[in-house]
Amino acid sequence: MSTTELAVQDVTTSLRLAQPRLPRWAPALVGVLAVAAAGLPALLLGWGLVPWLFLAAVLFLVVLPLWSLAVENARAAVDRLMTSLVWTTFGVAMIPLAWLIWTVVKNGASVISIEFLTFDMRNIVSDGGGIYHALLGTLLVTGAAALISVPVGLFAAIYLVEYGKGSRLAKWVTFLVDVMTGIPSIVAGLFALALFVLIFGPEIRLGFGGSVALSLLMIPIVVRSTEEMLRLVPDDLREASYALGVPKWRTITKVVLPTSLGGIITGVMLAVARVIGETAPLLVVAGKTDSVNMNLFNERMTTLPVYIYYQFTQPGVAPAGTGGDAPGIARAWGAALVLIAIVMVLNLIARLVGKIYAPRKG
Amino acid sequence: MAKSIDVSDLNIYYGDFLAVEGVNMTIKARSVTAFIGPSGCGKSTMLRSLNRMHEVIPGARVEGKIMVDGQSLYDASIDPVAVRRQIGMVFQRPNPFPTMSIYDNVLAGNRLNAKKLSKSEGDTIVERSLQAANLWTEVKDRLNKPGMGLSGGQQQRLCIARAIAVEPQVLLMDEPCSALDPISTSAIEDLIHELKSDYTIVIVTHNMQQAARVSDDTGFFNLKATGEPGHLVEFNPTKKMFTNPDQESTEAYISGRFG
Repeated sequence: MSTTELAVQDVTTSLRLAQPRLPRWAPALVGVLAVAAAGLPALLLGWGLVPWLFLAAVLFLVVLPLWSLAVENARAAVDRLMTSLVWTTFGVAMIPLAWLIWTVVKNGASVISIEFLTFDMRNIVSDGGGIYHALLGTLLVTGAAALISVPVGLFAAIYLVEYGKGSRLAKWVTFLVDVMTGIPSIVAGLFALALFVLIFGPEIRLGFGGSVALSLLMIPIVVRSTEEMLRLVPDDLREASYALGVPKWRTITKVVLPTSLGGIITGVMLAVARVIGETAPLLVVAGKTDSVNMNLFNERMTTLPVYIYYQFTQPGVAPAGTGGDAPGIARAWGAALVLIAIVMVLNLIARLVGKIYAPRKG
Repeated sequence: MAKSIDVSDLNIYYGDFLAVEGVNMTIKARSVTAFIGPSGCGKSTMLRSLNRMHEVIPGARVEGKIMVDGQSLYDASIDPVAVRRQIGMVFQRPNPFPTMSIYDNVLAGNRLNAKKLSKSEGDTIVERSLQAANLWTEVKDRLNKPGMGLSGGQQQRLCIARAIAVEPQVLLMDEPCSALDPISTSAIEDLIHELKSDYTIVIVTHNMQQAARVSDDTGFFNLKATGEPGHLVEFNPTKKMFTNPDQESTEAYISGRFG
């Protein structure tokens, strides 16, 4: 075959890139039809919303790939099936979250008032009262827990990444940190209680004990997240610093930590958000009170989760003649809403701080 | 303020692995010395052992002697941090500190060593170093912008400015142009020519034309065979290396018959 023949052949055998495709609005059409088709048995048999949507989702997952198989090809059909599955499971995962937030807001929003946020529960037997003492307790206990765990966790992570790399001790520390991550929170609470009972006698209950228990839960999270962040700092930067004649500790404090600061703060905030909702250990070691207690080292201290627990288990009685729900239930929902709001604010702060300290370009 | 370096019977190890064997050379003050050779022959390892950066890698060690100004670098009494303050280094990939502005990057060596600098002293050092690195005119209006925002070539010149801001005796450069375009490369080569009058410069390069253009002396490293340690084949003035080398393998490498 000469070159001219080759060239001619190249022109005559056309390259087929165009293939039949479903229109862009195909998934939307199938979706609407599936909901409508599932609505028919739902109406006739009197189903609720959940079976109706379930049937619609199944119909959608069957019809769209089949249609695609008929018009397009097998690869496109599988692609459509997988895409639909991913979106469906995403939707399923989002339902409980949205539902939870909606329920808490619906039940809790009406309770929130200035009085609810600024009054404690001292001498309250029926209506009224608030979460002031629990709010303070939560902030103090969690704050103290953070104060203990951040330095410990940070230094442990620095040891693991900068000094202990590959050593036997570092491997053991990593292993023990992983084990600590799995400690049930009630065990941490019992440990803290046992510790303080050993020192101060069997009647001891104090907010700081709660902080110790929470820090046991927090430290492994802080170590793990900080370790990951420090590992992300390229060795190039450390070498650049060494080559300028900067000692190792200054390289860590002035180059490595600032570079990873955003991620470290995000990790700490998430660890705080994780332990702020702990109930069991605080129930055990910090106890419960109806009054404001600002002293971490003396007497019982209530936090929001413990407050919610007690309002739910001992809701009191509605004022005579009104016949409504017990007042404690509403207070529990209100406190739950405040707790979720605190966690959300912490997450937002973490994101903001992470953005601010992220190394910038341009 | 430039020093010469005498290397005698140097063996460099990574753990049990002998990477470079039996190096003897004298690096002259106020001149440019180039190391050339195929990949993996130990040029960079040799360079890093000159300011004790080699031992940053776990398990890495050195046998033999490196003398600077009458002192043996690997003597027990020598503080590696003090050595690195006198022998600066520029790396293959530009690595400005991402959290710092251009201004702070240049002053990093001074600031990180907790030297107290007044505003005017700092300004002087920044301007002088950036001038010396041929970067001043390009960045003088945006000294407070992050160093990572510069182009690759500018970042590399920023790293050179950072290295000379601490006024070292010797400047080591590990393939400083390998990640750069020809224009930036030429800017850095011009810079090396200018810096030569004040500093002792050692440069590792894969580019033989570059070695011929910038250096006064050249060392050719090679492997005897794969898996064998690298060694110094020939160390001579660059002119002689490129016209009439002593060793046949040097000529083969330079003329492109292998490598």
